[in-house]
Formats: sequence, C-alpha cells, structure tokens
Amino acid sequence: MTTQNVLRFVVKPAVCAAALGPLAWLTWAGLTGNLSVNPLSDLTNETGLWALRFLAISLAITPLRRVTGWNWVIRFRRMLGLYAFFYGVLHFLVYTIADRFAGLDFPDGMASWTTARNLAASVGEDIYKRPFITIGFTALMLMLPLAITSTAGWIRRLGGKRWNALHRLAYVSGIAAVVHYYWLVKADVRSPLLYAAVMAVLLGARVYWARMKAASVARSAPAVPRRA
Amino acid sequence: MLIKKPADIPYSEVTDRKLYVNRRDFIRAAAGVAAAGAGVVSISETLFAAGQPAPHGRKLDGVKKSPLSLAPEQEKTNTWDQITSYNNYYEFGTDKDSPSLVANKLKTEPWSVQVEGECAKRGNYSLDDILKGVALEERIYRHRCVEAWSMVIPWVGFPLSELIKKAEPTAKAKFVEFTTLVDYGTMPGVRQPVLRWPYVEGLRLDEAMHPLAIMAVGLYGEVLPKQNGAPLRLVVPWKYGFKGAKSIVRIRFTERQPMNSWQESAPQEYGFYSNVNPNVDHPRWTQASERRIGEFFKRKTLMFNGYADQVQGLYAGLDLKRNY
Ligand code: HEM
Repeated sequence: MTTQNVLRFVVKPAVCAAALGPLAWLTWAGLTGNLSVNPLSDLTNETGLWALRFLAISLAITPLRRVTGWNWVIRFRRMLGLYAFFYGVLHFLVYTIADRFAGLDFPDGMASWTTARNLAASVGEDIYKRPFITIGFTALMLMLPLAITSTAGWIRRLGGKRWNALHRLAYVSGIAAVVHYYWLVKADVRSPLLYAAVMAVLLGARVYWARMKAASVARSAPAVPRRA
Repeated sequence: MLIKKPADIPYSEVTDRKLYVNRRDFIRAAAGVAAAGAGVVSISETLFAAGQPAPHGRKLDGVKKSPLSLAPEQEKTNTWDQITSYNNYYEFGTDKDSPSLVANKLKTEPWSVQVEGECAKRGNYSLDDILKGVALEERIYRHRCVEAWSMVIPWVGFPLSELIKKAEPTAKAKFVEFTTLVDYGTMPGVRQPVLRWPYVEGLRLDEAMHPLAIMAVGLYGEVLPKQNGAPLRLVVPWKYGFKGAKSIVRIRFTERQPMNSWQESAPQEYGFYSNVNPNVDHPRWTQASERRIGEFFKRKTLMFNGYADQVQGLYAGLDLKRNY
C-alpha cells in the first residue's frame, strides 16, 4: 500500500472510529450503570465537553500544520469539525429530553400534539430566557452551515476562497462555546478558563500570523500605492 | 484562514486530495493517533472511578423514631449508594464524586467543636461531650440542592436546639454561625480558591431553634460517612442543601447576621436565607422543579421544600423575593 492509501484507508478510518469512542463509552456506561447516580446530568455534561474538545481539536489542525509542516493533518480537519457538530447535536438532544421533556406536564398524554407544542415552547423559552443557553445555542447554530457545507460538492460550489471565509464562523462558535461553559459553572471556573486559554492560543495564533503576513506584504509593496 | 490570503489557497487543500505525504510523516501520524487513543482511554479511566459509595460503618445504638420524620411510605428514600456517591463537599473537590473518592482520609476522631461568641458556656467541647445525654433520632427528610436536584435522606441526629440550649446564648445572640474544618493534609479542595475557606454558614437564632433543624451524626442508622459531613453536620430541610455546613468545628453566636460562603462568592445568586422557594429562580436556572435522584421526570419543587406548614411562621412579614 502506498502512504497515500495507508492514510486514506487506515489512519482516517481509525481516527473516525476513535472519535466515536466517547459516544460508545457513554452509551455503554449509561446502560451498565457506570455513570454517576445522576446519569442525565453526566450525559449532558460529557456530550457538551466532547463538542468543545472536538471544536478545539479541529481549530488546532491549521496551527499544528503550520508549526510542524505536516501537511497531511489537514485531511482530518473537516472530519474533526463534523464530530464537534455531532457531539453538539447529541448534547442538544440530551438537554431537550432530560432537561425540557422531563419537565413537561402531559395533559393530553405523552404522545400528542400538545406535548410537541409544549416541548418546542419550553426549549424556545429557555433559549430566550437563560443567557448561557442562548449562547450555547448560538455556538451550535454557527456550526450548522459549516456542517452542511462540509461536503466536497459544497466546497466546489462555493470555491475555496468563499468556503474558507464561511468556515471562519468556527472561530465565533469556539468563543461562544467557551462563554457558554464559563457562564454555566457555579464557582469552579478552572476548567472553563483552561478551555478559554486554549481557544485564545488557537485564535491568537491566527491573528498573529495574519499580522505578520500583512506586515511582510506592506514591506514588499511598491512605494506608489496601487489602485485596488 | 487568516494565515494565507484565501486566494492563495490551492483548491487541493480544501478538497484534501493530492497531498504529498512521505513515510516519516505517516509514522508520525500513526503515533499521533495512538496518543489520542491513549488520551481517550485515560479519560475514561478517570470517569470510571465515579461515585464510590461509602463502606458501611458502625451502627448507632438506640436511635428513636421521630414524628417529624417523613414516613417511608410517604416518600421513597434514596439508596445508600446514591446518598454517599453524589456529594457537593468542595473541600474535597468540586466534582460530585470527589468527596466519595478522597474523604476517607479525613480524621474524624478525636473531634471537638469550639463554641464561641454570645453565650455563657463558651469552650472547646469534644464530640462525646456534645453527644452526652442526647437521644438520637431518625429524621427522614427531603434534601433539595440549589442545583435543582433532590434526594430523600434518612439522617440520624438530634435537634440543634438542644445543643444551643446547652451553650446558653445571651440576650444579644441573634444568629448562629457554623464553620467547617479546613485541613490541608486531607482536603485537596481547600488549596483552590473556589470559595473562601473555611466554609461558613449561618442561621437566625429562631430558625436554628426550630425543631426541624438538626445536627446529624448518622445516615441509615450508621455513623455518618465522611463525604456526607462526618462527624457532625447541620441539616435544615427547608433550605437549600448548601446551608447544611459539614464537619463542623466551630459554632459562634453573634449579634450580626453572619456572611455565609456562597453569599460572599455570588451575592446576587445566593442569599442568607436560601429557603427552598419555587417562585424565586436562581439567575441561571429555574427553581420551580427538581430532579429527584433516581427519577426521569422532574417534580414540582414545594414551597419550603414541603415543610411550609411547620416553618412559614418564621418568615411572617418577610419579603421572600428580596430575602432569597
Ligand atoms: C443548543 C445548544 C446548547 C444547549 C441548550 C446547551 C445546554 C447545556 C446545559 C443545560 C448544560 C449543563 C449545565 C449544568 O449542568 O448546569 C451544558 C453544559 C455544557 N455545554 Fe452546552 N448547550 C448547548 C450547546 C453547547 C455547545 C455547542 C457546546 C460546545 C461546543 C457546549 C458545551 C458545553 C460544555 C463544555 C458544558 C459543561 C460540561 C461540564 O460542566 O462538565 N454546549 N450545556
């Protein structure tokens, strides 16, 4: 097998499978009673954490490539970003069921239009009322267009330039996710601050490189300003 | 990408084809994947340690029934494992399972309590002194955490009023302040400035004298597990759980309202009273409902945690929205 093929047929599926590890583990632990005595809270928190971790990992790919010169890591960026979205959606589903559905009254029985309406109202109201939910929802919604346009077809349709510009929304999502985490903890802000620091480094590196680039462009620019 | 001007990015980069990769890069890739895999495994291992129930301890003798206790048929009590593996006791760490994993190192014997302030019988009392002559009772109480989960817990203890009477508070005493142990050797959490240590809680003297307020020394007829606040903790069932100071080393009678740790840390979120109140939300979540540990559907939270008939007289004329 060529190296190309090894990457494509061995490494990529392996990373893909590893990324499902947290879900497999949570499912197994949930079914066998290996979570805490408040498993619904654990499922909410763990899926949220993994969404944030995958978001950070996917945002680390470009700096990693730049620093190490390993061009091949770029192949994993889209997939890792999609996993961030995947765990984000799971997180939202767990919340919708464990936090919202479980708190409803069921005047017309559980499987009814009333229930569906009440559930939608309960989720909507919560997003509107609680700032940490609002910003979490924002983080997820920002990932939605990125997930949709992650296919080769969409890249072709948008073109590399526009696609890359659109996918800068991931930076905003990363910031929103960190704020969501910071706002929801009760007193121990160490873990949210750690993720905030990671995010700051990942985004700061991009700002730094952009500045360097701009500076070097300015230096090499001709003395007479060109017309745009 | 801010790094390159977008126009510079060749099409191949975003379609992730045609990348030239040499052998050495591949080996490094494989190593990276292995490291990531190891990371997942190690994270799982920490998670696996979750929630160690306390080993069963010494049985307490002569525990009486009390009319102030919920009857077991009224509400199902939570299990020993549930009560002893899911705890907020920040001195041992902020995760729910931290106390059950590390509190076993705490030394609860010998134990003494400093009684101070506006009272006649100031002094340092051993736990034996405190328990001399008191009749232990079982009190099955609802326990409502400010985080909107709840349990039903069969405490063993004695009325706080008995201890207070023994201390003979002076006419000036209007409040009682409780202080939790700080021990750097056995409490890893106190090295983190999450709250200001030691942990302090307080009650108005009339609240403290209420027959429902107890000092607990046991659980399920056994000596209180360390993660639950051994050897001596406060239980005030109509207030949020954090009012129940654990592993108490000091009791002080004061003229002024004490500043409790959570109020100090976030005054707009946690007040002095912290009575369970479904009509006053926490700024970040609702207090109208709660999850009983072990149940899926949420329950409606009851005013004063279901003890309104007994305790509402204490708050006649007090604006409970303001005095949360
Ligand atoms: C639809 C949007 C979202 C909703 C409704 C939501 C809701 C929640 C809720 C209810 C919690 C638990 C809070 C608690 O236990 O007090 C939580 C925790 C968390 N969420 Fe979200 N979230 C959303 C989106 C996101 C996204 C997109 C991310 C990350 C990319 C994220 C990351 C986290 C993290 C890291 C935690 C904390 C985990 C921990 O405390 O260990 N959330 N979220």
